[in-house]
Amino acid sequence: MAHDKVLFEILIRLADDHLVLGHRLSEWCGHAPMLEEDLSMPNMALDLIGQARSLYAYAGEIENRGRDEDAIAYLRTEPEYKNLLLVEKPNEDFAHTMLRQFYFAVFMEEFWKEAISSSDNTLAGIAGKAMKEIAYHIRHCGEWIIRLGDGTEESSRRMRAAVEVLHPYTDEMFDHDDVVAAAVSAEIIPDPLLLRPRWEQGVQTVFKAAKITMPNDYWALRGGRAGQHGEEMGFLLADLQYMQRTYPGMTW
Amino acid sequence: MYSQGLIGADGKTAEDEAFIARFQKRIDAEEKIEPNDPMPEGYRKTLVRQIGQHAHSEIVGMLPEGNWITRAPTLRRKAALLAKVQDEGGHGLYLYSAAETLGVSREQMTEELLSGKAKYSSIFNYPTPTWADIGMIGWLVDGAAIMNQIPLCRCSYGPYSRAMIRVCKEESFHQRQGYEIVMTLAQGTPEQRRMAQESLDRWWWPSLMMFGPHDGDSVNSDQSMKWKIKRFTNDELRQKFVDATVPQAERIGLKMPDPDLKWNEEKQGYDFGPINWDEFWKVVKGGGPMNRERIAARRKAWEDGAWVREAALAHAEKRKMARLAAE
Ligand SMILES: [Fe+2]
Ligand SMILES: [Fe+2]
Repeated sequence: MAHDKVLFEILIRLADDHLVLGHRLSEWCGHAPMLEEDLSMPNMALDLIGQARSLYAYAGEIENRGRDEDAIAYLRTEPEYKNLLLVEKPNEDFAHTMLRQFYFAVFMEEFWKEAISSSDNTLAGIAGKAMKEIAYHIRHCGEWIIRLGDGTEESSRRMRAAVEVLHPYTDEMFDHDDVVAAAVSAEIIPDPLLLRPRWEQGVQTVFKAAKITMPNDYWALRGGRAGQHGEEMGFLLADLQYMQRTYPGMTW
Repeated sequence: MYSQGLIGADGKTAEDEAFIARFQKRIDAEEKIEPNDPMPEGYRKTLVRQIGQHAHSEIVGMLPEGNWITRAPTLRRKAALLAKVQDEGGHGLYLYSAAETLGVSREQMTEELLSGKAKYSSIFNYPTPTWADIGMIGWLVDGAAIMNQIPLCRCSYGPYSRAMIRVCKEESFHQRQGYEIVMTLAQGTPEQRRMAQESLDRWWWPSLMMFGPHDGDSVNSDQSMKWKIKRFTNDELRQKFVDATVPQAERIGLKMPDPDLKWNEEKQGYDFGPINWDEFWKVVKGGGPMNRERIAARRKAWEDGAWVREAALAHAEKRKMARLAAE
């Protein structure tokens, strides 16, 4: 596979993860359980959307067909979005939202740590900036998982329910396919398989403090990386694309 | 903003004359009143009511704009809108803290909002059906908020005036950003221009109502002026807003929906048509297009979040016990 094609595909996957997760988080804005969270969740969403923008803009450059960040972010069909299924899962409740964010952030921290020395300088630069932001996501969500896991009976039940629902989606983060293999051998990205033990350890530490057991018996669910999404994705895209689809080709 | 010039708290106070005179002397000398200073009960009550209304307006105000975050037309607009709505939440937080210095808790104030006892600005009871409304809110609503808040930076109560100084900087940024959205539409396709004008037609009069009733009909306004909580009357502020905003509309080719609007050379300001006070009172009293939805959304967030807040308390308690046991 040609180098630029691999790089483009990797950038799109990462950008879609960040955009879709940022979109989900932003749905909370104005509806959070407390005012402090009405500030924290948009904070994290802004980080994610900011990273998505850098990644889309760079993908557009690599592709070199005149598409800017918005053309790529807004004007594709559903199977062309390559985000993890994990990040498109609906907010459900605050426990699901914090856990989804935590799973992803712990993975991304390990990913960016290695990507700082990517053979691709632009990606390395994006990694450096993202590293600074992600520590807050891990700390913030990790603290909530501990509070909820070891809070009241209800919060602990909800936290465990979230783990049961979301954990099966975490395997997809570590998947290998032709694109990943090519990107790893070109040293564009770290090998996700090598990140797995570090991810498990990071999650395990917080789960222990939260009195939650790490599931080991479940059927892994995947598909987003191949463009096969869940039923909720179409609704997310309907919101996201509404203006661009209704009023094509205008400047906003 | 958004105290609505409609405080309604009874400024009456039971302290003796010497106490009131001493207090007034400090006010007249432009001294700032701080939380532990002696103050007339009427002064405290008026401030609690006003800061509370203001805080609630920031929080309820997150809803009409939050409505467009997931549908913003570009990534740049999405990020800017998200940051703006987040700023409004931050304003709410500073203001609740300022009110807490007067002895009312955030929980108490929240319950008053949810029960309908406490008011918030009438402007947020209008819907945002189009993207242009996001521009219009920034330009007009934040613009009106600035008119009201700049004088509040000099309010006699220290914590409120300091909160306002922080808030004002962000509001003027919001106002410029909103105007820039509207300008982009006005310079866009005919469809975008129509979208901007249609939105302006809906928001112009409610924006003027944000300043509250005419001076003659405004209760307790005199006492607030005397205590230097308020520095200008409702009508003075409204006039300033009209004078600042009309030329901005002209510059981008939009038209205010007011056939009586015209420049008055003699007063060096615009004359404008009569405000529909029936509509104003209807919206203030709960009959606006979105009153029910706004409160329902706040109540849902509060109720759905109860288990989270309880868990945080329970966990903190467990930690405290564990620490004590370890000592
Ligand atoms: Fe504000
Ligand atoms: Fe604002």
